[in-house]
Amino acid sequence: MPNYTFVVNGKTVTVDAPADLPMLWALRDKLKVRGPKYGCGINVCKACTSHLDGEAFNPCVTPVSDCAGKEVTTIEGLADGEDLHPVQEAWLEQDVAQCGYCQPGQIMAAVALLKKTKNPTDAEIDAIENVCRCGTYFRIREAIKSAAAKM
Amino acid sequence: MASPTTEPADPGQVGRRRFLTYLVAAPTLTIATKLTADAVAPAEAEAAIPTLPQPAEILDLGDVLTLSCAPTAGLLVLEITADGRARLQLPRCEVGQGISTANAMLVAEELDLPLDRVDVVLADARTELLFNQLTGGSNTMRSLYDPVRVTAATARARMMAAAGAQWGTDASRLSTRDGAVWAPDGRKAGYGTLAGPASRSGLTIGAVQPKAESAHTLVGTPTSRKDARAMVTGKQVYTLDLDVPGAMPVMVRRPPTINGTVKKVNNEAAVRAMPGIIDIAVVKTGVAVMAETFGQALDGKDALDVTWGPGTVDGENNDSIKKKLQAAALPFVVPPLLTQYVDGEFDFAFASHAPMESNSAVADVRDGSATIWAGLKSPIVAKQTIAQELGLPENKVTVHVQQGGGSFGRRLFFDAALEAAHISQAMKKPVRLMWSRIDDMRHGRARAASHHKIRATFALGQVLTFEHRVASVETDWSHGLGEILTAFAAKLPVGGNLSFAQTVFLLTIKSPYNFGVTTQLLNEVPLKFHTSAWRSVYSANTRGAEEIMVDEIAKKLGKDPLQFRREFIKVDRQRAVLDKVAELGEWGKTMPKGFAQGIAVHGEYKSYTACLVELDARDPKYPRVTKATIAVDVGKPVNPRGIQAQMLGGLTDAISTTLTAGLHIDKGLPLEGSYSQFHYARQKNSPPDVTVHVMPANGEDIGGAGELGLPAPVGAIANAYARATGIKPRSFPITFPVDFDPFPR
Repeated sequence: MPNYTFVVNGKTVTVDAPADLPMLWALRDKLKVRGPKYGCGINVCKACTSHLDGEAFNPCVTPVSDCAGKEVTTIEGLADGEDLHPVQEAWLEQDVAQCGYCQPGQIMAAVALLKKTKNPTDAEIDAIENVCRCGTYFRIREAIKSAAAKM
Repeated sequence: MASPTTEPADPGQVGRRRFLTYLVAAPTLTIATKLTADAVAPAEAEAAIPTLPQPAEILDLGDVLTLSCAPTAGLLVLEITADGRARLQLPRCEVGQGISTANAMLVAEELDLPLDRVDVVLADARTELLFNQLTGGSNTMRSLYDPVRVTAATARARMMAAAGAQWGTDASRLSTRDGAVWAPDGRKAGYGTLAGPASRSGLTIGAVQPKAESAHTLVGTPTSRKDARAMVTGKQVYTLDLDVPGAMPVMVRRPPTINGTVKKVNNEAAVRAMPGIIDIAVVKTGVAVMAETFGQALDGKDALDVTWGPGTVDGENNDSIKKKLQAAALPFVVPPLLTQYVDGEFDFAFASHAPMESNSAVADVRDGSATIWAGLKSPIVAKQTIAQELGLPENKVTVHVQQGGGSFGRRLFFDAALEAAHISQAMKKPVRLMWSRIDDMRHGRARAASHHKIRATFALGQVLTFEHRVASVETDWSHGLGEILTAFAAKLPVGGNLSFAQTVFLLTIKSPYNFGVTTQLLNEVPLKFHTSAWRSVYSANTRGAEEIMVDEIAKKLGKDPLQFRREFIKVDRQRAVLDKVAELGEWGKTMPKGFAQGIAVHGEYKSYTACLVELDARDPKYPRVTKATIAVDVGKPVNPRGIQAQMLGGLTDAISTTLTAGLHIDKGLPLEGSYSQFHYARQKNSPPDVTVHVMPANGEDIGGAGELGLPAPVGAIANAYARATGIKPRSFPITFPVDFDPFPR
């Protein structure tokens, strides 16, 4: 099997995997980076949302070969050591998480949105498609607005 | 284990229950508490044309679950460790409802210990707890509020006694704060140093009472989740994040219809030759494929060519089910001859539980023993059933309860744990089993479809009779009360599941109104779908439909929906939450064309709620709830912030199942296979303006909160829809096209 080398959360790694293996399984099963979650495998629930070269991407439908030479950031790589990212802080302040399973993806989607726009409108927040089955959407919205105000 | 050490002097202090606490032999202070319950008090009823008290008002399901916990030596275990931390073994399953935090608050309060020094871990399946390890019926805080406080109070008393003995001071002169015992002269001893001396059985303490509730400084204050930081940093460990040595990914190829069987695998060798495939095994539920990664296991199972036997509901589809339900609804008793009346018939589709973490388990069955890890709300019956099916003695099966990624009733069942155990036994290897989302939605569990007939008669401005006939596809209660005896009883051919269902229905469904002679009856159709109680069980559909009828009765009587409810509501607490949402949500304000307000109430498990929504239905096919105002009275809110979260979840569930989320059954299988097809709400469907008002503690017993939040918004949203569009909603979800290409079977 071919080898693919890329950076995950600041660390250079190499995995031995078939070219079409979804990145989610390279991360979770080969590298044991288990913050990104499986929820659907077809890019509709977005629970695995992470960043590829700074842009939101969904590892469940991205072949590992597409990530070669690139920089992957998962939820584990968002904080600076013990210092949380402002979006993570806002999530704590609003006590967003219930079961928590979708929240790594929600947070990575929110961070990507705030990179594009400093003060997202309700319509821009509405466009985040990540499913939260506990139904925490209102607190997610409040947390994004709170983070935007502080950033 | 030592003999009983203490008993509260005044059992009334802890609400009609008595406790025995035990000191457990351990290097650190370990307290175990045994609880017994005495009685439950009947609820009140008032006038208009009064409706006789219904069973659920006198004794509800939560009461029964609490009583069932009583005689079983429900030993709660709390340790004080040498580093001055408290560690509670919670015999329940955290799935997002916030019970770890709420119970940690009780411990912290009682011990005068900072919350961040309290740990709550989920207890393994403990067979001796019998009925006392079932997470359901919105019952965790109701059943554990007193026992946890007494247990912690006992630990505190022992540490004070130990400090008193060290200092030669009477313990009554000592106080506790910030995780230490303090003497009047300013000397202090941290709990960590006292944990050892306090565990000596020679130490005597007097009668123990938990703190007076008026002295609470943490309990009752809005508190953030203890596990939130782990969740926002990706460190929270769910079942498939565990690293069990040697456990490799497994997925199962499942039949094309529910409960179909494997007849023959036609290409096993070819699939075994695929990259990354490690093993293949046929089990009762399908064909299991183990691989190096889940991606490869998925490819492998999809590549299998299997000849299947039929399932249990192959001929069923939405229409055939609807016809069976309509035929099964029991007849009304009151003929609408001499009075005015309103009738309504309602249909609710199947709804997937669809927790984000799909059905999953880790199992290691080798060398005559089994170890299982899974999110389990009834771990005892899981353990007993796994032992039975694997042919192992119960004491050779260990079941670890993992925190779950959502449940909503789903994890009452342990099908993934059982399946993983079978696969591990067959492959002779440890396994990490994950269900695909498609399988989770199609072969997993769902809320049963139901049909409702409601008739109300009235004269001279009074409602004389209110009849509700519910026909539902059978809801599976075969988890019993969480252990194998009641689970077995729920499977008996005579009585069995239908009796269990009737009991649950009677213990949960009640009308909040004085509507004269009121009858609410359930008839279940025994179709063998995979079902499980879904948040609020029968109430979402049953009470939701009733709240729609309440608006229609009010309209016939020419009354405003709010005023009509105020007049006919039985209980003051129910009326108070209604008044609160009317005030905060500005009931009756002018709305633009195509918009409307809707209002509804619900009471269950000794709690009361009301909901007022604003709906934008300018496009009747795609209405959006734009604002929601909710008030909630749980008698005694332990963590108001957590209760608000539960109500928000109930609201989103109501938005979803009322407007867009359901399953179409076609030839014995749901067509929906993912969130792009089962339309659970997204951010764009969620209101940008939500207020949840938690009523302050009012001296009443603690009520349930986990499921309370769903039925009222179902009614409120449907009522807003009717007011905005002029269309009477009768079939749910309201917008329910097959707007997708179903996945292959």
